[in-house]
Amino acid sequence: MGMTLTEKILARGAGISSVSAGKIVTAKINRSVIQDALGPIVYRKFRKLNTNIWDTNKISLVIDHFCLPGSIENAMIIDETKRFSNDFGISDFYDMQGVSHQIIIENGRILPGEIAVGTDSHTCTYGALGAFATGIGSTEMCSVLATGELWFKVPKTIKVTVTGKLANRVMSKDIMLRLLGIIGANGATYKSLEFTGDTISELSMSSRFTLCNMAIESGAKNGIIAPDEKTEEFLGQPINMISSDQDAEYEQEIVIDASILDPQVAVPFSPANSISIKEVEGIKLDQVIIGSCTNGRSEDIKIATEIIGGKKIPPNLRCFIVPASNKVFAETSRLGYLAILAEAGCIIVNPGCGGCGIQMPLLEGETCLGTHNRNFRGRMGSPDSKVYLSSPATAAASALCGKISDPRGFSKFDDKSVEKNNGTD
Amino acid sequence: MELIRGKVLVSLGDHIDTDLISPGKFLTSYEPEYLGSICLCEYAPDFREKVRAGGLLIAGKNFGCGSSRETAPIALQAAGVRAVIAEEFARIFYRNAINVGLPCIECPDTLKSISVGDEVEVDLAKGIVVNITKSMHIVGEPASEKLIEILEGGGLMANLKSRLLSTR
Repeated sequence: MGMTLTEKILARGAGISSVSAGKIVTAKINRSVIQDALGPIVYRKFRKLNTNIWDTNKISLVIDHFCLPGSIENAMIIDETKRFSNDFGISDFYDMQGVSHQIIIENGRILPGEIAVGTDSHTCTYGALGAFATGIGSTEMCSVLATGELWFKVPKTIKVTVTGKLANRVMSKDIMLRLLGIIGANGATYKSLEFTGDTISELSMSSRFTLCNMAIESGAKNGIIAPDEKTEEFLGQPINMISSDQDAEYEQEIVIDASILDPQVAVPFSPANSISIKEVEGIKLDQVIIGSCTNGRSEDIKIATEIIGGKKIPPNLRCFIVPASNKVFAETSRLGYLAILAEAGCIIVNPGCGGCGIQMPLLEGETCLGTHNRNFRGRMGSPDSKVYLSSPATAAASALCGKISDPRGFSKFDDKSVEKNNGTD
Repeated sequence: MELIRGKVLVSLGDHIDTDLISPGKFLTSYEPEYLGSICLCEYAPDFREKVRAGGLLIAGKNFGCGSSRETAPIALQAAGVRAVIAEEFARIFYRNAINVGLPCIECPDTLKSISVGDEVEVDLAKGIVVNITKSMHIVGEPASEKLIEILEGGGLMANLKSRLLSTR
């Protein structure tokens, strides 16, 4: 019996020739990522162990949740991260340079076939590079720092085959929201989601990261996409073209026809509550957020610029733009997107996790449409506020209208600075 | 492993996420006592009062979904929860709970077979919950040997310390 991509990676990490779903293996970790909000528990516990870090070159520390800090307490947590970095000699430290997931993929800190763990549940993003990546807790991270390995129960794999050409202004986010709607918020609990099919091959790396980023929203252990030429180009180095065997065993196969897909919107209070935009058009909004580790890359900001450029955000709506990293900020700034969006009345925010958390809080009775990954009750402010999730195209069109709107009818802004650029990752 | 016996104090539904259990917006300290004081504070404001005496929590599907924050099981434990019986756990939460020494058992039909006020006995190794009040039992998922070993040793930190000592 052949193996799936996830099984191959876990077998290799465990130093054995083959594994099958359900088996418990102990695998070597290639990359460990610790973010600021959950770091202190790791640092305090690790210091008490009185031991050394297994390999300081394989650890990345990222300040992204408390960025900007906004309070003395948060500034102290950041300081604690800095002290840990200095005391243990961890040089791969990013202080407010963007969301950890974007930082890791931009800097080539994880490669196809490797295993990554992180103290953030959206660590599964890196699966789009053909790596096995999953979120873990702080105590487990402590164990990884000390030993360089972790046990895993090899997950069963659900094959998600996506075929057909996406309509204009329908994006990979819509595919993912649709999938979540089909399988539910626990549809892949402790399973792997493997994305394949001609639509996936056509997607840019940015769009692929969006898919894997939200794997956890179905309870999945990981999301994964076999690496190809686009992956190699993105990483800028020769890679191992690892893939699932023809006779690999899948628990289930789900087929999605992308060619007939409408823009999707997840209604409160679960990312799996996704429905066609036709059912929610017209819902009045107080706030729109375009950005995050899910959809804060250059192609996302580009499509927002194409829709919003040359027009004005209505005065009773706040539209925040949150680039996923400083690199994205610089690139979209150079291309003129951020200036066009600012002129339209958008509020350009520093890269970081703020939009998904509490830094742009919602008041009682307020409604937000965001391009991020979670719309749990009360996560972004009042428990009596509502958050909807969508693609950047839908969010941009909705921001212009002050209500949830279908992006397919919007003309494209023809400023040259937008036109001359095609698909920057 | 010792059986866990106690009274069921609170019942929660499906998809209780870690943002509800441990709201990020109130996270200003990692001290268990503080985490316990804000546990489920918006979703179930009377939760703290109900579990203060120490007892069990029952829940539906996908308990602990969402963020990987370990503050969620720490908060439940600090508030007084001795064990969680749920129809299904989100896996990061499940591992975190065991790692901090909070026993969790997955049993389908939990909410049909157990009510608040019932006295129950949990056998993690066998995967059985005996409902003493209702004179019945439900069969769930036995915890693996690895997890029992972690729980018996008082959580992953204690387990890790002894592993590190033995390799020195």
